[in-house]
Amino acid sequence: MTTNLASTPSTRQRIRVLLSKIWEPYRSVPLLGWLSAALVTVGLEQLIGLPLAHVLGLSKIPALFGAVVILSKPALTPSVLLFMALIYILPIGIVARFTSPVANRIAAKLTSYPLIVTALAHLVLLYAVLQIWCDISDYRVLVARLAMISIILTLSLNVVNGYMGEFSCSHPGFMSVGAYVASAFTIVLFVSENRFGEALLPPALGPFMFPLALILGGLVSAFGALLVAIPSFRTRGDYLAIISLAFMFITKSFFENMEVVGGARGISNQPDYATLPIVFIWTILSIWIINNFVRSTMGKALNAVRDGELAAAAMTVDTRKTKMTAFLFAAFWAGVAGGLFAHVLRYINPDSFGIRKLAEVLAMVYFGGLNSVTGSIVGAVGLSLISEALRPLDIFKWIIIPIMLILIMIYRPTGLIAFTEFNVERLFHPKKKASEGEEHAAA
Amino acid sequence: MEFFFQQLINALQLGSFYALIAIGYSMVYGVLLLFNFAHGDVFMVGAYIGFFVSSGLLALDLGGLIGLPSGVLLGLVLVLTLIISMFLNSLVGMLVERIGYRPLRGAPRASAAITGLMIGIILETGNLAILGPQRLSFPQLIQSATIKIAGVSLTNKKILIVFVSILLTLALHQFVRRTKWGMAMRAMAYDYVVVPLMGISTNQIALMTFALGSALAAAAGILYGIAYPVLDPNMGILFGWKAFVAAILGGRGSIVGAGLAGFLLGFIEIFTAVIFPSTMRNLIAFAIILIILTFRPHGFFGEPFSAQLRL
Repeated sequence: MTTNLASTPSTRQRIRVLLSKIWEPYRSVPLLGWLSAALVTVGLEQLIGLPLAHVLGLSKIPALFGAVVILSKPALTPSVLLFMALIYILPIGIVARFTSPVANRIAAKLTSYPLIVTALAHLVLLYAVLQIWCDISDYRVLVARLAMISIILTLSLNVVNGYMGEFSCSHPGFMSVGAYVASAFTIVLFVSENRFGEALLPPALGPFMFPLALILGGLVSAFGALLVAIPSFRTRGDYLAIISLAFMFITKSFFENMEVVGGARGISNQPDYATLPIVFIWTILSIWIINNFVRSTMGKALNAVRDGELAAAAMTVDTRKTKMTAFLFAAFWAGVAGGLFAHVLRYINPDSFGIRKLAEVLAMVYFGGLNSVTGSIVGAVGLSLISEALRPLDIFKWIIIPIMLILIMIYRPTGLIAFTEFNVERLFHPKKKASEGEEHAAA
Repeated sequence: MEFFFQQLINALQLGSFYALIAIGYSMVYGVLLLFNFAHGDVFMVGAYIGFFVSSGLLALDLGGLIGLPSGVLLGLVLVLTLIISMFLNSLVGMLVERIGYRPLRGAPRASAAITGLMIGIILETGNLAILGPQRLSFPQLIQSATIKIAGVSLTNKKILIVFVSILLTLALHQFVRRTKWGMAMRAMAYDYVVVPLMGISTNQIALMTFALGSALAAAAGILYGIAYPVLDPNMGILFGWKAFVAAILGGRGSIVGAGLAGFLLGFIEIFTAVIFPSTMRNLIAFAIILIILTFRPHGFFGEPFSAQLRL
C-alpha cells in the first residue's frame, strides 16, 4: 500500500515537491541578499514602473501591490498580476538567486565586525528600500508610517499582554496621553495659530526638539500608567482588565472635557515633523529596546510572573517591581507611538482613541503572536497592509478582517508566530548551503 | 425632593438596561470564565429583532382579526414581541457560542476574548451592510401616560421598564437557584473540570447560558426601544462595555450582584450628570468604579479567587 502511494504521488504532493525544488536555491540567500534584491526591485519600479504601467493599461503604478486595483476594477486583474510579476517577483527572484554567493560572502565578512556595524548596514539597506518604495506616491508614505507606528504600539502591548500575560485594555488611553502631550508641546512652542497663540521658539528649532516632545509624551503616559499599575499589585487577570478598560474610558472622557486642547472636536495643526526617516528611526529604536528588554532578566521575570506569580515570588522575583516596570515601559512606548501618530495625521480627537482603536491593537497583537517580537512586527504590518488593501470593499472590509482573525484564533489560538525569540545575530548570519543547512537542522 | 425622585426613576430606568445586559455578561463569565465581548452587539441585534417583530405584529393587524380594543392589543403585541424576540435572540446567542467560542474551548481565554470582539464587529458591520446607516425608529408599543404619585410624575413606560427588568432578574435568579439546569450551571461555575464527569454536557450548558443571556439582552433591547425609540447599529458598543464593567463589579457569576451593579451604574451616571456637566458623566462614573475596584478587587458578591490565566 505504501509503495503504491509513493510510486504515484498525488497532485498535492507533486506541487509540494515542485515548490520545494523552486525554493531550493533560495534557502542559501541571506537577509542581505533579500534586501539588495528588494532594492533592485524598487529601483526598477522607480525607473520603468510608470511606462510599464501605461503599457499594461494601468493609469498609475499600483500603490499597494495591486490589491486595491484588483478589488475596485476586477477587469484589470491580469495586467496588475503581470505588473507584479515583472516588477516584483521576477527581479527579486533573479537577483536574490544570483547574488547569493556574493551576499553570503559579504554577510560572512560583516559578522567579524561588531553587531552594531552589521545591523547598521542592514538598516541602511532596509531604509533605502523603504524610501524608494515610498517615493512613488504619498499614499505609500502614509501607509508605511502608520504601519511602523502600529509596530511600536503592538510591541509595547505585547510586553503586557503577551510577556506578562495580563489582558490590558488601556493602550489607546496611553496612546492618547502621549499624542496630546506631544501635540501640545510642539504646537505651543513651534506653531503660530489661534488656539495657543504665537510660537514661543523659532520653528526652525522644531524638528530637533521633536524627540523631546515624544519622550515627554511617553513619560507623562507612563506616569498615567501608575493608575493601572498600582491596582495590579492586588489583583490580576480579569479585574485588571476592567481597571485598564476604565482607565481607557477615563482618559478619553478626560480629553473630551479638556476645552484647552479642543474637547471633543480635537486638536489639529501639528507640525509635519513625523517624516518617514523619523518614524523609521523611532520604530527601529523601539524594536531594539523592547527586544532587549524582553530578553533581559526583567523580561524573563515577566514570563515568570505570567506563568505563576507565587512561584515567581518564591524564586526571588520582585513581582511588584516587575509589574510596575512592565506597565510603565509599555505605556511609555505607547505614548511615543501616540505622539508620532498625532504628527503623522496632524489631527487627533478623543474618538481616535476609543474602542475601535483598542480592537485594532488587540487584533494586531493576537494576530501576530503572543510573546514574540517577530510576531508583533508581522501582525502590525500584516494587519495594516491588509486593512489598507481591502479599502475598496468599504464596510465589508470590517466583515472580512474579523472573520480572518476568528479563523486564526481558532486554528492558532496564540497567533501566527507566538513564543519565539527575535534573534538579531541569527538573522544577519550568512546562510549555509542548502545541504549543510539541513544537516544543521537535523543536528 | 421631588427632583430627586424624578432623577431616581431615571436612574432606575437606565440601570435596568445595564442590569439586564450585565446579567448576560455575568452568567457567561461565571460559567465559562469568558469575556463575551460580543454581548453588547447581541443586545443591539435584540433591539433590531424587537423592531422587526413588533412592526410585523402591528402590520398583521391582530386587532382586526380578533376584535380587541386598541389598548389591550398594544399590550398583547408588547408581550408577544418580548417573547418572540427573546426566543430569536437566544438563537443568535447560541450561534455566537457555536461559531466563536466552542472551537476555542481550552484555548487561552484572551483568544476567546478576541473572537468575541471580532464577532461584535461583524454584527455591527453586518447590520450596517444589510440595513444601511439610517436610524430606525422603534414603533410605539405603549401609549404614554403620566402618573402623579405624591408630586412626582412618573411615566408608565418607566415603571414598566423597571418592573420588567426586575422581574426578569428575579426570575433568572430563581431559575439558577431552583432548577436542575441552574444547578448544572452553578456546578460548572464551581468546577469546570469535574462537571463533565458527572454526566453533564459542558456544551449544552454553555449553549443554554448564552441563550439565557441573549434572551435578557433582547428584552433590554426592546425596553430600550420603548424608552428611546431610535436604533442604530453602534448603540450596543458603549452600553455593552459599561454593562461589562457592571458585571465584573457585581462579582463573578452573581446574577443579583450584576443586576445591582447595573442599577448602581445607572445611579452614578444620572446623579453625576445632575451635579456636574453631563459630558463629565463617563469620566466620573468610571473613576468611581476604579476606586471601588481598588478597594474591593473581586466585586460586591464575588469570592476572592485568582482567575487562572491559561496562556
